[in-house]
Amino acid sequence: MPANGRRAQEAQAVLATVPRVPGAPKPDPILLASSIVRRFGGLSAVDVAHVEIQRGSITALIGPNGAGKTTFFNLLTGFDTPDEGTWSFNGRSMGKLSPYRVARLGMVRTFQLTKALNRLRVIDNMLLGAKGQRGEHLWASLFPFLWRGQEAMNTKRADLLLARFSLDAKRADFAGSLSGGQRKLLEMARALMSEPELIMLDEPMAGVNPALTQSLLQHIKMIREEGSTVLFIEHDMDMVHDISDWVIVMAQGQIIAEGPPGDVMRNPEVIDAYLGAHHEMALTESGQSLTTGDAT
Amino acid sequence: MDLSFVLGQSITQALGVTAIIYCLAAMGLNLQFGYTGLLNFGQVAFAAIGAYSVGVLVISFGASLWAAIPIGLLASVVLALVLGIPTLRLRADYLAIVTIAASEIIRLMVRSIALRDTFGGANGVNGKMGQAFHDLNPFPAEIDLPFFTWTRQDLWVVAVGWSLIAIFTLGTWLLVRSPWGRVVKSIREDENAVVSLGKNAYVYKMQALILGGLLGTVGGIVWAIAKQSVQPDNFVPDVTFFSYTILLLGGAARVFGPIAGAIIFWFLLVFVGEFLNQMIAAGWITFLLPTDVGPIRFILVGLGLMGLMIFRPQGIFGDKRELALDAR
Repeated sequence: MPANGRRAQEAQAVLATVPRVPGAPKPDPILLASSIVRRFGGLSAVDVAHVEIQRGSITALIGPNGAGKTTFFNLLTGFDTPDEGTWSFNGRSMGKLSPYRVARLGMVRTFQLTKALNRLRVIDNMLLGAKGQRGEHLWASLFPFLWRGQEAMNTKRADLLLARFSLDAKRADFAGSLSGGQRKLLEMARALMSEPELIMLDEPMAGVNPALTQSLLQHIKMIREEGSTVLFIEHDMDMVHDISDWVIVMAQGQIIAEGPPGDVMRNPEVIDAYLGAHHEMALTESGQSLTTGDAT
Repeated sequence: MDLSFVLGQSITQALGVTAIIYCLAAMGLNLQFGYTGLLNFGQVAFAAIGAYSVGVLVISFGASLWAAIPIGLLASVVLALVLGIPTLRLRADYLAIVTIAASEIIRLMVRSIALRDTFGGANGVNGKMGQAFHDLNPFPAEIDLPFFTWTRQDLWVVAVGWSLIAIFTLGTWLLVRSPWGRVVKSIREDENAVVSLGKNAYVYKMQALILGGLLGTVGGIVWAIAKQSVQPDNFVPDVTFFSYTILLLGGAARVFGPIAGAIIFWFLLVFVGEFLNQMIAAGWITFLLPTDVGPIRFILVGLGLMGLMIFRPQGIFGDKRELALDAR
């Protein structure tokens, strides 16, 4: 399988030496966060002592509903402000940065509830993702000759990405006419248009039909092979097991375990966290009861 | 019953100064609401700023019209900044509340007795504030067209007014098909998605608010020049809502929507009114008085617009498929 190429082996080899404890230091962290706390009233939604994300890896962030995964995403990307804590991306401190600046620095996220721009065509959704567009300046926009060349290049790149995500047939359709799964694909492709160094996917598989899941997995692996880092939130354990190099487990706002997928899933603390949150529910073999929607 | 008179009156209004003013205001709303999704419920405030800048500076302070116009435009930008800075970071509803309040504050301020020396109180400012413009009139005489006549002065205002609309429409068309337009339309769809892709949505919303406000201000300037009279009660919130009606009638987020909307709206309003008047005068309608016509024409036009919204909710130029996506 080409998607499991050199980068995957590299990432896994490097991470094999990392101790399997929460907050473990990584050899080459792209993202580094310390003592991040976010309280909603009396509740500490996020209370992360320390976490590092290895560059070039696919890292999964898992945890039961309400563990604070999405809130943690929001904090890291500037969509929410922590009460305490510092974090840095590529060595640059990211505290108090507006979300658009975070994205410009190369840390781009997607959303759990897909944000397709419904009344824009699929291709325009894609083009929005491109960075540094001259035609996005008010005055320059009035003079098409200033931006037409760049637009053509962006369009070419967008078409390549659309073809990769099997959305090329939908190119001229309104994004609002796509199915839920296609919107997930579009959102991921759009994020890739901005050539992120770190792409943060919030439940990329939620609501995607199983046939599409396989191709989505391949896409995520491809992102790694192209040198980007992937951090994603997911409930589907099979998927986490299949594609992630490293798994971080959150429960009640804290990181309770870290390690390669195989290790983490055998970790009694992790099993407790999930069983504790769902002890009244019967766990099916495939872990289906864990895949219900997450409101965090 | 004189149908040609009814028709003449309707066409005069549909192509005349009033339609031009409302068209400009609706074009501003089109940029703000139609493309960017900003709910500006105080467009009339921007028109009032333009009209009063001309009236007050020219009549009360004896300034030149050519100085008053840029000052009016500058004041419009300042108003947009004052309204936008606190509200554009918040949800859309806040801008709506603040703008409608601001438009009433401005109207009541210029109407106040305390400031009567400057703004003229309820009587407003009257006088030849547009003279410098009318002095440039190249038309030799009035023009006689089928059904109606335009005075030399009207002809000049209308010619310049529609030319301005043509230029601004071209500008809007260039803007909305550019990458800038793509960003503002995306903000209308989902601001967080735009921000997550590294665009500063706040700046784009501010730009749209300023540009849309400037179009409203140009409408106000045209008002002052054409009517040579600016009164506070010309600038009631109804102006904003008529402008929205015009926008939706023509089709929001359509470049030609405001033009078609303004022409049709004013044609219908005047046609229905004059038609009822003629029927009453001819004795064909006996249960209405001439004074009833004002409100009743609004009822009838309102019913017509309701019908349009039910059977063609996308407006005249809109795309129904696009509207259907809103239902999700």
